[in-house]
Amino acid sequence: MSEISGLLALWLREVKVFTREHSRVVSSVFTPILWLVVFGGGLGSSIVIQGMDYQTFIYPGIVSMSILFTSVFFGIYIVWDRKIDFLKEVLVAPLRRSTIFMGKVIGGMTDSMIQGTIVLLLGPLIGIGYTPLILLKAYIVVFVMAAGLVSLGLVIGSQMESPEGFGMVVSFVVYPLFFLSGALFPIDNLPTWLGYFVLLDPLTYGVDALRGAMLGTSRFPYLLDLGVITAFAAFMIALGTQAFKRMKT
Amino acid sequence: MIVEVKGLTKVYDKEVKAVDQVNFSIKEGEVFGLLGPNGAGKTTLLHMLATIIEPTEGTATVNGFDILKEPGRVRGSIGIVFQDPSSDDMLTGYENLMLHAMMFGVPRSEWGERINNALKLVELTPRANDRVKKYSGGMRRRLELARGLLHEPKVLFLDEPTLGLDPQSRERVWEYIQSLVKEKGISVIITTHYMEEADHLCDRVAIIDSGRIAVMDKPSTLKHEIGERILLKGVGDSIPDLDALSFIKKYEKYDDAVELCVDDASKRLKAVLEAFPSFEKVEIRLPTLNDVFLKYTGREIREGDAAEGGFMERIMTKRKNR
Ligand SMILES: Nc1ncnc2c1ncn2[C@@H]1O[C@H](COP(=O)(O)OP(=O)(O)OP(=O)(O)O)[C@@H](O)[C@H]1O
Ligand SMILES: [Mg+2]
Repeated sequence: MSEISGLLALWLREVKVFTREHSRVVSSVFTPILWLVVFGGGLGSSIVIQGMDYQTFIYPGIVSMSILFTSVFFGIYIVWDRKIDFLKEVLVAPLRRSTIFMGKVIGGMTDSMIQGTIVLLLGPLIGIGYTPLILLKAYIVVFVMAAGLVSLGLVIGSQMESPEGFGMVVSFVVYPLFFLSGALFPIDNLPTWLGYFVLLDPLTYGVDALRGAMLGTSRFPYLLDLGVITAFAAFMIALGTQAFKRMKT
Repeated sequence: MIVEVKGLTKVYDKEVKAVDQVNFSIKEGEVFGLLGPNGAGKTTLLHMLATIIEPTEGTATVNGFDILKEPGRVRGSIGIVFQDPSSDDMLTGYENLMLHAMMFGVPRSEWGERINNALKLVELTPRANDRVKKYSGGMRRRLELARGLLHEPKVLFLDEPTLGLDPQSRERVWEYIQSLVKEKGISVIITTHYMEEADHLCDRVAIIDSGRIAVMDKPSTLKHEIGERILLKGVGDSIPDLDALSFIKKYEKYDDAVELCVDDASKRLKAVLEAFPSFEKVEIRLPTLNDVFLKYTGREIREGDAAEGGFMERIMTKRKNR
């Protein structure tokens, strides 16, 4: 009982803080729009991929990117909690560490889902046609990706002392994940060495699943993609629970 | 014994012995003071008891639960007010208390009432819905005190709870701590740099220096050991034979003054004055806990000698950061 109300408390706090930090809300809306308009729009006029214009092609990639960035960067809030010593207050509560971790995870997932929703709403503007099934499939992918990536961010955050350090480490993780994921290019016909790296990137399967659901073109079947990102999420959650158990104040 | 500490030791980074083989135990309903200079190891000791840092050696039980084997149950028995501010300044005072109630298993039906009572107690009711960011340092301190007490723990750890409070607020906190002890029978471990506070509140104090307990006893006993003093100034050369006065336990001569150590200064004053043919001024010095502190640590704590990286300082730097 108290574990559940503790979980709820941790989640509630994240939501409140999120809505109060206006810069977070604003940037979560504008970053993806910027990408879509500038990158997609600018290049889109000259490139056609798999029979669609580039803006349409990278749209699932932009959705994945927003989720990736929001989710992993959420890990900074555990570093922040340590810095403002709120972490002590949480760690001294009679809650399991796994509860504390899951509280943070659902808090971060809420951020990511809000952002994901905003980005998904942009779809029709660039000519993506949604049916309830498409939207459902997309949401499931976004949800599972967020779970894995928020956990990844928290694993990193739980080991870091300073926000700067966190930023450094995260860039080393996030950019490769992003650029290797096929968010910006089709993943068939890559040079072999690059192809291997792409297949090792869990985000590849998220992007592929979204592309399949929204644009009807994908490398792997939807369920295979979903299976891979679910396994990734499960692994990161397990790792995060362990990391939080070992975490110091 | 509600708290039993057995050989507790903490070594930081393989070289700094912050807490060194500490042993003590506390009875239910007792208020126990930990006094010591900056860096003595008080906070480290409390954090080990609160299970948020691991001891290097030794262990302790709190409310019957071992801090190593059942940390969850220990946390369920305690409340702690940290030396550093640890509330979320993006949330309001009310919200901070609410989160605490939710995380610390306060029954849902009691949330509203307890929070309102707590706010009233620390006189923050009118500011309850302001973000903590907008609080003054002392207000924030009071909020965190209210928070530590909200779930009515069996054992309460207070790490410099009244640092930065004005005199009225401080006295109100004292009163409240005392009433908690009396009515709910909770036990308290408190660290403080205010000797007056320790004297007023604590049934027993331990003075710790460099991680070790130098002495541990009732404040009155410790003060008694120092003895009372009579100081005579402007005595010139006319000093009587002090060894002949048998009630004088010890004496010390200075340039133009003499200090006599006696058991009951006000009773002996008459005899002393009669023995001295001439003097300018006389002063009775009753021992304070400050004298005791000095004796065992060789250092003096002055009022306002806030802990390193203390509460107010931290607030100021944190504000800038956010
Ligand atoms: N995280 C840490 N890593 C390394 N050394 C530490 C750490 N925390 C404390 N210390 C060291 O341990 C010793 C005891 O520190 P502690 O904070 O327990 O003292 P304190 O008695 O609470 O002092 P104060 O009155 O200043 O609050 C000090 O020498 C301090 O430098
Ligand atoms: Mg301290």
